[in-house]
Amino acid sequence: MMELVCPAGTPAALRAAVEAGAHAVYCGFADETNARNFPGLNFTPEDMAEAVAFAHARGAKVLVAINTFPRAGAEPLWHRALANAEAAGADAVILADIGLLAHAAERHPLLRRHLSVQAAAANPDAINLYANAFGVRRVVLPRVLTVQEIAAINREIDVETEVFVFGGLCVMAEGRCSLSSYATGKSPNMNGVCSPASHVAYSEEGGELAARLGGFTIHRTPEGEPAPYPTLCKGCFSSDGQTGHIFEDPVSLDATQLIPELARAGASALKIEGRQRSRAYVAQVVRTFRAAVEAQAAGQPMPENMLARLTEGQKATIGAYAKTWR
Amino acid sequence: MDLTVGPNFFFWEAETIRSFYRDLAATPVARVALGELVCSKRLPFWRDEIPAAIEVLQAAGKEVALTTLALLTLRRERKITADLMDLDLPVEVNDLSALVQIPEGRPFWVGPLVNVYNEGTLRWLIRRDARRICLPPELTLDSVAVLAGAGRDEGVPVEVWGHGRLPLAISARCYHARLHDRAKDSCQFVCGKDPDGRDVDTMDGQQFLTVNGVQTLSQSTASMALKIDDLHSAGVAALRLSPQSRNFDDICIAYASRLGGETSGAALAARLRPLVPGGNLSDGFLSGPAGAAWSGERMGKPN
Repeated sequence: MMELVCPAGTPAALRAAVEAGAHAVYCGFADETNARNFPGLNFTPEDMAEAVAFAHARGAKVLVAINTFPRAGAEPLWHRALANAEAAGADAVILADIGLLAHAAERHPLLRRHLSVQAAAANPDAINLYANAFGVRRVVLPRVLTVQEIAAINREIDVETEVFVFGGLCVMAEGRCSLSSYATGKSPNMNGVCSPASHVAYSEEGGELAARLGGFTIHRTPEGEPAPYPTLCKGCFSSDGQTGHIFEDPVSLDATQLIPELARAGASALKIEGRQRSRAYVAQVVRTFRAAVEAQAAGQPMPENMLARLTEGQKATIGAYAKTWR
Repeated sequence: MDLTVGPNFFFWEAETIRSFYRDLAATPVARVALGELVCSKRLPFWRDEIPAAIEVLQAAGKEVALTTLALLTLRRERKITADLMDLDLPVEVNDLSALVQIPEGRPFWVGPLVNVYNEGTLRWLIRRDARRICLPPELTLDSVAVLAGAGRDEGVPVEVWGHGRLPLAISARCYHARLHDRAKDSCQFVCGKDPDGRDVDTMDGQQFLTVNGVQTLSQSTASMALKIDDLHSAGVAALRLSPQSRNFDDICIAYASRLGGETSGAALAARLRPLVPGGNLSDGFLSGPAGAAWSGERMGKPN
């Protein structure tokens, strides 16, 4: 069966995910070492040890994301996160930075290493480089590849691949985007945040709700309509007289129907995005996807439209996996 | 400190590129990285200009390197990277996967699109024979100082983004094609209509971003004009100037005269403002609060 890798922003979400049938959960420490460094989320080293014990007792794995890029002069913070993950009994760490990977390979050789999507390894050469230089055993593939490209990559590599199937959708090469810090000074790579709420301001202006990020207007919504969160790349902008979602529509990823194809393409694990989501959301999504991977393993068709109401009024898309914009 | 000119991001006519490098050869820059960075589909249209550009630049005493693409996904793009090794020049790596194709012991440069955020990464790259490293534009001055110091300890010059619209993101999707309702494979090279990219403003008319095919740039032109003393103290070895379609020789000359102590930072900024597309400067990645910010006096249209 394909491994189902599920998000856990809090210890409560981790327990919910494990009880709902996650094969593995991923989570991070409550600091800038992890790319979901949001207030009220994440784990202390003690939380992590308890979470690992809880998961292991129920046959689930814990993967610890230490996937920001260590700040120059402050590498010890990231090195401690690695040591704390190993001490907690984590099954693997998810890393993006080559300096940190080199440190982990040298100082924590027995701690399994996965390559974060933040490393943007989008071709076999990159993946083989990380596998050979740092002993990476699994790569989380960027959300920019088609199913055919994933299959081609798997033919040329010896490590496992993990692909996103549900949740938010980055359209830029991840780990290589500084749009958020251009507008706010805070970036996924350096601070573990994208389009942070601390820099969002709403204002009612002439029957419209304007949502601004770092002072830049991301969208204006007529009164009474649902206003999406102002994520920069999903904003509405204008260019030479054209107005619209120039980078990406406010959509989220749902690749349920592609699970059998992704399995044929050689993907070992399916990842669900959403460490910022509630426990109830996580439980429902995990339960649904567990049923889907079991159906896939049994050769049965995928259930239809399982999670439409969880996409929060946003349209769902299968993203880059099908060649709609290649 | 001296000046490096980075690869041109935009899709220009072959003749434009020929005269660009011919004119650049006469400017006081120390070295030039060139080649197709953004889109492999553009390369056949101007590939034949590359040998001539190398020749004219080398004849003028410039050091020359060839850039890799910024995002390698297709098989033919790996072949393009392999072809770069045929010339006896350093390769500037702008997608880490190109490292696989660089033979052990062959020196290379690291471009601003590789994530070098800390000393561990910098040292690993130097152990792999990196001989020159341009840091990502997103870094703060504190980080730049630490990394420039680490580079100096290893004998490897560290350079920073000095001038040009900032490369903020790269995608597999082409935004120029999307704006024209075309698929990427049938783009008909619409990006060629916009020699400095196509501007994207907010719905309130704020100048914000610029799209260039699969690349998203800042609409402001980043300039370290007011930061040169800080960068010098931090131990930075070179400033990288990124090509724009007009006035680029004047821009190179203006920075060189600032490095030579002939003008002040404020005078340089005042000279640059009318020369850059859109007329807005920024330097906020270095000292905050956000990349789009400018530490000097704000002129013209509010941003």
